[in-house]
Amino acid sequence: MSDAALPHPTPVDAPRKAADGWLKRALASDLFYSFRRSKLTVVAAIVTLLFFLVAIFAPLLSPQNPFDPAQLQLLNSRIAPLWTADGQSPFLLGTDEQGRDVLSAILYGLRISLLVGILGVVFSGALGIGLGLIAGYFGGRVDTVIMRIADVQLTFPPILIALLVNGIAKSVSGNRLDWLSMLGVLVLAIGLSFWVQYARTVRSSVLVEKNKDYVAAAQLIGLPAPVIMLRHVLPNTTGPVLVIATINLALAIITEATLSFLGSGMPETMPSLGTLIRIGNNYLFAGEWWIVAFPGIALAGLILAINLLGDWLRDALNPKLR
Amino acid sequence: MTAPVLSVRNLQVEFETRRGTLRAIDGVSYDIAKGEVLGVVGESGAGKSVTGLAVIGLIDRPGRISGGEILLSGLRIDNLPPEEMRKVRGKRIGMIFQDPLTSLNPLYRVGDQIIETIKTHTSLTDQQARKRAIDLLAEVGIPAPEKRIDGYPHEFSGGMRQRVVIALALCAEPELIIADEPTTALDVSVQAQIISLIKRLGRDHGTAVMLVTHDMGVIAETCDRVAVMYAGRVAEIGPVQEVIKNPLHPYAKGLMGAIPTLAGEDKRLVQIPGAMPRLSAIPAGCSFNPRCGSAFDRCRVDRPDPLQRGTQAVACHLYDRATETAA
Amino acid sequence: MLAFTLRRAIQAIGVMIAVGIIAFAMFRFAGDPVSQLVPIDASAAERAQIRQSLGLDDPFIVQFGRYLFDAAQFKFGVSYQFRQPVSDLLKERMPATLELAVCATILALVFGILMGVFSALRRDSLLAKLFQMVSLIGISLPTFLIGILLIYLFSVTLGWLPSFGRGDVVKLGWWSSGLFTLSGWKALIMPSITLGLFQMTLIMRLVRAEMLEVLRTDYIRFARARGLTTRAIHFGHALRNTLVPVITVVGLQFGSVIAFSIITEQVFQWPGMGLLFVQAVQNVDIPIMAAYLMMVSLIFVTINLVVDILYTVVDPRLRATISRPA
Repeated sequence: MSDAALPHPTPVDAPRKAADGWLKRALASDLFYSFRRSKLTVVAAIVTLLFFLVAIFAPLLSPQNPFDPAQLQLLNSRIAPLWTADGQSPFLLGTDEQGRDVLSAILYGLRISLLVGILGVVFSGALGIGLGLIAGYFGGRVDTVIMRIADVQLTFPPILIALLVNGIAKSVSGNRLDWLSMLGVLVLAIGLSFWVQYARTVRSSVLVEKNKDYVAAAQLIGLPAPVIMLRHVLPNTTGPVLVIATINLALAIITEATLSFLGSGMPETMPSLGTLIRIGNNYLFAGEWWIVAFPGIALAGLILAINLLGDWLRDALNPKLR
Repeated sequence: MTAPVLSVRNLQVEFETRRGTLRAIDGVSYDIAKGEVLGVVGESGAGKSVTGLAVIGLIDRPGRISGGEILLSGLRIDNLPPEEMRKVRGKRIGMIFQDPLTSLNPLYRVGDQIIETIKTHTSLTDQQARKRAIDLLAEVGIPAPEKRIDGYPHEFSGGMRQRVVIALALCAEPELIIADEPTTALDVSVQAQIISLIKRLGRDHGTAVMLVTHDMGVIAETCDRVAVMYAGRVAEIGPVQEVIKNPLHPYAKGLMGAIPTLAGEDKRLVQIPGAMPRLSAIPAGCSFNPRCGSAFDRCRVDRPDPLQRGTQAVACHLYDRATETAA
Repeated sequence: MLAFTLRRAIQAIGVMIAVGIIAFAMFRFAGDPVSQLVPIDASAAERAQIRQSLGLDDPFIVQFGRYLFDAAQFKFGVSYQFRQPVSDLLKERMPATLELAVCATILALVFGILMGVFSALRRDSLLAKLFQMVSLIGISLPTFLIGILLIYLFSVTLGWLPSFGRGDVVKLGWWSSGLFTLSGWKALIMPSITLGLFQMTLIMRLVRAEMLEVLRTDYIRFARARGLTTRAIHFGHALRNTLVPVITVVGLQFGSVIAFSIITEQVFQWPGMGLLFVQAVQNVDIPIMAAYLMMVSLIFVTINLVVDILYTVVDPRLRATISRPA
């Protein structure tokens, strides 16, 4: 039978104009196209951006500084939100038992939550990518040891690991940690809980790339291993790593909030959203629902938006689903 | 003459896609008589498999039968309600798919899958069904069927699995068997065995067989008649010897020229230039005209209808009387 | 088959020893056990004597061996805060956690599979889309928020269900069960939903994805070509093939159900191991932390082992490759 002789001239897709500048190129990309097509994703992106902006400009936006005791007055404690019968200006979302404006507390708490989340993702990413590169590139016993640890750790839920790290840190320091070192401990705990996925992804793509000719060529001209790994192998893993990082940002924020809720996270003098929820939870039975509800809504909204972005990014970067 | 087992009349199948409606099958007609083996041949994407799926009623969304009719022993089946059509599938039409490795559910014993099918279509008891399953396995040439019946699919070789698939298609003594590339996924040595098995079973049971393949060798060896498909239409249909020795359609000529023969060793095999158009870009007029050496003006405008030429029917303007007299 | 089970069992023991090292390291080096046990004004001689009696002067390897040997007999030392043997505390708390975890898992399994199958078979229906929405929210809402929400709705506002504790319990030997009293069941409802919701969404998404995958396979197409009824195809063929991977995930997830129960137990003040652990972390009670780690690991490892073996029972292909190792 005819082996379908000549290659069929594939009809050229609408000729793409050569875009000058990265912005134009980005706007013309497939990724941006699929982004624009999904309304939910656009909304999620806007909401996420809003959360970040609000957190960055918290001092400008909030009516009071919730961490400055001089600005808190017990007279103003437990005021209901503004639109209820007992509401008082300027406390839009009411106040807590210390007379702290709930809205201000949320804005400042958002800063802490996002800070811990981002630092946690950066730390776990750096740890995971580093170990993944090393395991994949050097192989052999190094690889076995790293991946065994990863396997074992994967069977343990991150929250348990984070709690253990937290407990050990407290024990070593004699249970006296100021908020800054607590923040460090949280980042450490999150980093140690979530590195495995990065390591596995990076390792597997290193194994694929390692045997390609360009890596061999780089080795021949005598580039040192770290340079080859960082400059040539690592860029190939950008897509999957980005997806993991986005989804992990949501997980990191949840983990921080959970730890704080369990009383093993940020102290009440420097509360994150999780701490605020823990404090508010105590007043739920007294009917003061706003102290817990608004931080809860803020946390859930933030995580939902990031998750939606992550879901979209995963589908958009997955060539199988195209 | 009794009604043919299968009669396809002017069948059209369309697929709704984001870029508009694609017509995968466009006005296909053919008959298969009792005991006859019809080969359907063509390149990938010519619509061979879709024709088979349309007959057995397994065109899934976004595809649908958009025109024409399909008659099974005189009864129209293309517009049956789903539940009625289900009863036709497996009972009156059996189907054999390309890949025996994936056609069987890996988690069920071979026997359970056969018995399940028998019990769906007949009123046999468990024991009778099991007995029949063993007989079927024996008939398709599986050694020690009373033992193998309790084996799982992964315990069978590719060829043996295709035999099981054939046994499954035969469960309810269907009038028609559709075999969609039944040998493509198999070793060459096994292919011949499977082909002769299908041929023998068709003869023994008087079953009509529609054999979809891209392998002209298989067609020549097995079929009584052959339909050459191109871009969703039948280019030429006729008795297999006639079509092979004396093809009329330029595409069929090219196809036959590409078969290696022992006699003509010194001749170069013919190639058909170009490739079949995509469904989204079928040219106007005769869909073969861009690749055809004998194309003339009319071919680029008019779509040719099948013309009877002796025992063969060919869809080509070269054989139109008007053209002939004009030329 | 036997060799396979044995190999897996050895791996499991390896994991347990690794966890043992971590637990021991925590126990021994994170904080000085002596200073936790003696009064602050104890003399140096007293400290030395306790140090001696605890065997803290022995070589590292001897101490580690002794720790593992004790742990194998469920002896984990004495809690700093309660001054009680940790094993007694765990034994007392374990039934509460296990009853909660099993209930939550059953809940998650039943609803997760039902919803998953439904949304795979009726992909475009309104209800399926609703399930998808619920699952996204279920994944995005932190467990403790769900718990607080439920408490606010059913305890504070409606007053239908208790907001904390496990109700009246019945003693069956050392096992205390809340499953034999009405108040026990009422107390179990909200914690089970809270704990099970995340697993449910996970199972639902998995079942849906797997089922859609299976429905596209050739053997399902062939089953349709054989004229089998839709019911036989969906529930006989497709569902069974779908459930093979689901078993693994559910098994592995049971471990995280137990870990997540830490949060649920805190929200509902459920007197289980998780609550004990949280208090231990807050109060730096290392023996309890170490023991909890060992216990939870033991449960994980056991479940993994069972899942591996169960898998071979369900999937005949695996049975074959195992009995004839390459």
